[in-house]
Amino acid sequence: MNERTGCQAGDWVEVERVVLEPGERADGLPEDTARQPLKMWVKGFARAAARIGEKVEVETMTGRVVEGTLTDVLPGYTHTFGRPPKELVAIGRDLRARVAAYRAREGR
Amino acid sequence: MGGTSAAVLARRGAIMKAALGFDYAAFERSPIAFDYEGLMASHGLTIEDVRAIQRAAGVGDTPLIELRNLTDLVRSYAPPGFGARIFVKDEAANLAGSFKDRRASVSIHVAKERGYDGVIAATSGNYGAAVASQAARAGLKCIIVQEAFDSRHVGQPEIIEKSRLCEAFGAEVVQLTVGPELFVVMLELLEETGYFAASLYSPFGVAGIETLGFEIAEQMRALTGAPPSHVVVTHAGGGNTTGTARGLAKAGARETQVVSASVDLSGLHMASDTDFNRKSFTTGHTGFGVPFATWPDRADVPRNAARALRYMDRYVTVSQGEVFYATEALCKLEGLERGPSGNTALAAAMALARDLPREATVVVQETEYTGAGKHHWSQIAFARANGIEVRLGDPAESVPGTSIVVPEWPEQLSVRDVDLERLRRSYVRNALAHAPEGYTPTEDDVRFLAEDAHTTPEAVEGIIRELAQG
Repeated sequence: MNERTGCQAGDWVEVERVVLEPGERADGLPEDTARQPLKMWVKGFARAAARIGEKVEVETMTGRVVEGTLTDVLPGYTHTFGRPPKELVAIGRDLRARVAAYRAREGR
Repeated sequence: MGGTSAAVLARRGAIMKAALGFDYAAFERSPIAFDYEGLMASHGLTIEDVRAIQRAAGVGDTPLIELRNLTDLVRSYAPPGFGARIFVKDEAANLAGSFKDRRASVSIHVAKERGYDGVIAATSGNYGAAVASQAARAGLKCIIVQEAFDSRHVGQPEIIEKSRLCEAFGAEVVQLTVGPELFVVMLELLEETGYFAASLYSPFGVAGIETLGFEIAEQMRALTGAPPSHVVVTHAGGGNTTGTARGLAKAGARETQVVSASVDLSGLHMASDTDFNRKSFTTGHTGFGVPFATWPDRADVPRNAARALRYMDRYVTVSQGEVFYATEALCKLEGLERGPSGNTALAAAMALARDLPREATVVVQETEYTGAGKHHWSQIAFARANGIEVRLGDPAESVPGTSIVVPEWPEQLSVRDVDLERLRRSYVRNALAHAPEGYTPTEDDVRFLAEDAHTTPEAVEGIIRELAQG
């Protein structure tokens, strides 16, 4: 079993669980939220081997034991800076020119 | 709500009392009034004590920098004799990258002193990283509960970056989908672990921010010979406005005008699964700013120590596009890559400075760290990917959740005033609505409401009469 299909005991993993089913949610929620379950994701060290999608217990960084469905092994982050938005790229050039022109007018 | 949640909520008072180590009931005077200054003094720490705690924790004493290029930019289009000097307090220089380290340092000090094994905070903001960082230094365990994803498991890059930083500091991060039941999850965790509730809204947390206002007055005296004429505060839950204003007052800067500023997200529902990812700011916006100003006690503690309406001299909003513009200007003109949410006050300050005389001094009261995800490029790319129109134009045409309009020229930066009288009416209405039915406010209640809403007892009586007439 590799990281894409499951975990060994002791691996750092992520589990998912449903905290509240749609029928158990708070009163007064907007309809789009009320029809969804309240879900939770927690990371920890797997207490047993499991495949993605199977139930497994994890021991979290604080030592709590949480049971959930295995969703990821060695869960990481992929957020980036991305490309520069075209609306922003000229701001620096234009504002530097304005400050320079102002200082020239003021004789500085 | 289901049986388990209702049972947890019924135990709320006892859970919070154990998790904070003191009882708010001691400060209650009536169903409306409570002893605010008594609550704020209950920790027994002077501002010098708080400064010593923060120095030991590696927090505070951040640089205050004059933004000479931005000031000249504003003067290049201000009327003759106008264009105030603009300064910024570089709070990103704190360990975890924001002023929230100040709040966290005092809470973690108290938790450690009182013998708790760990701390819990519910926040999707910079406060999570601040608590995680301070807990790591103090050797305390830490759980951060975050509203992180919509029902598709898609999260704002800004929030995901904050999850990452909390984990980098060794915290257990509990990530949830959208919904106010996050509070129930936090209560259950407090009960299960017996940890300290490092609430954003406890007197400890707000005392931690007073040093920020105090330092601004001191540093401006050293730089210019006087406290600033204006301090602009990015406003969300109210702690930043409250703590900064109290710190300025403690430093004797009683003439300084405190201007709170929020990003305008009007029309978006904060508990809506679909609106969740249509916001390009996750804090510093009106979705927190207005409800917390008009009813501070909606917080996770029985009485909120952050009571912004007491301290605001003015409350203004700016649009998302204007804050992105100011963020880019700060990078390119001043060599400071910060924000974006913390630059809400910067955008407002640029607009305010144009209409103030040259002798005036405007301090932008904080910056926050930036990085992949938590960056104006990422926020705009995410907005586009979620169907938001992004274009150049007049920012007044932007519609929160539908369009982001980036100004074409700096002259287009402006602030919109929030009507404080309307907020005061709304606050008094909320206070009366939370008292038992048929309760008649006493003279003491009216005095309390007047102080809490920064107005006169006569004005409060007028609002009460108006409300009684429906």
